[in-house]
Amino acid sequence: MVVFSKNPVHSVLYLVLTFFIIAAHYVLLNAQFLAAVHVIVYAGAIMVLFLFVIMLLNLNKETEPHKSIWLKASAAVASGLLLVVLVGSIKGAATVQSVNAFNPNIGLIENLGKTLFKDFLLPFEVSSVLLLAAMVGAVMLGKKSIK
Amino acid sequence: MSSAIQVIPIEWYLLLSTVLFTIGVLGVLFRRNAIIIFMSIELMLNAVNLLLVAFSSFLSDSKGQVFVFFIMAVAAAEVAVGLAILMMVYRNTKSSDINVLNKLKW
Repeated sequence: MVVFSKNPVHSVLYLVLTFFIIAAHYVLLNAQFLAAVHVIVYAGAIMVLFLFVIMLLNLNKETEPHKSIWLKASAAVASGLLLVVLVGSIKGAATVQSVNAFNPNIGLIENLGKTLFKDFLLPFEVSSVLLLAAMVGAVMLGKKSIK
Repeated sequence: MSSAIQVIPIEWYLLLSTVLFTIGVLGVLFRRNAIIIFMSIELMLNAVNLLLVAFSSFLSDSKGQVFVFFIMAVAAAEVAVGLAILMMVYRNTKSSDINVLNKLKW
């Protein structure tokens, strides 16, 4: 429905619904912290950004660009084939058993924080630099004229 | 406290995220509106995130969830820059059709 809605605003709302369902899956998988972060970042920030841009650009059904029917058919066939290939490869893969004993606490903030700041300290710092670069880049691109 | 991963086999999560990923690919190929294409890319990233969380829960290893955290940061940065580029394109061409960018083809 994200793909097939004619109106971009409806598309965004269906995507928000999908994100909430994924967040529910995170809760089911004992990743409570990630579920909270997912709702805040995706449903809260990214989707608001999308809606803001759509409403700023005043997109609606009338301004919607259209592809030819052949391109649409070939897109559907190509992605259907991709689905078949991926599902086939998954079905062909051997089933695995979990090697570790089940631990329900790994999704909690305490364990995630320990892993994040012990094993992944350098990627954490690099991602902060990445966010800074993205922020500067977005501001520079959004300016009316670059001197 | 039990978890869904003890009840639902990991294969179903593999199937679910495969289907989500394929819907994302379909969206990129199917539509010409650049914003919808961005949303489809978000959908693909989320399919991968869901699979990472499922395997992290399956193997009881928190490294997968930390990786999902980084993917979220990268996705946020990507969306911010991408939408800024889209605004520039719209300001210059008055259209969100990606075919106005066909000079990028070789």
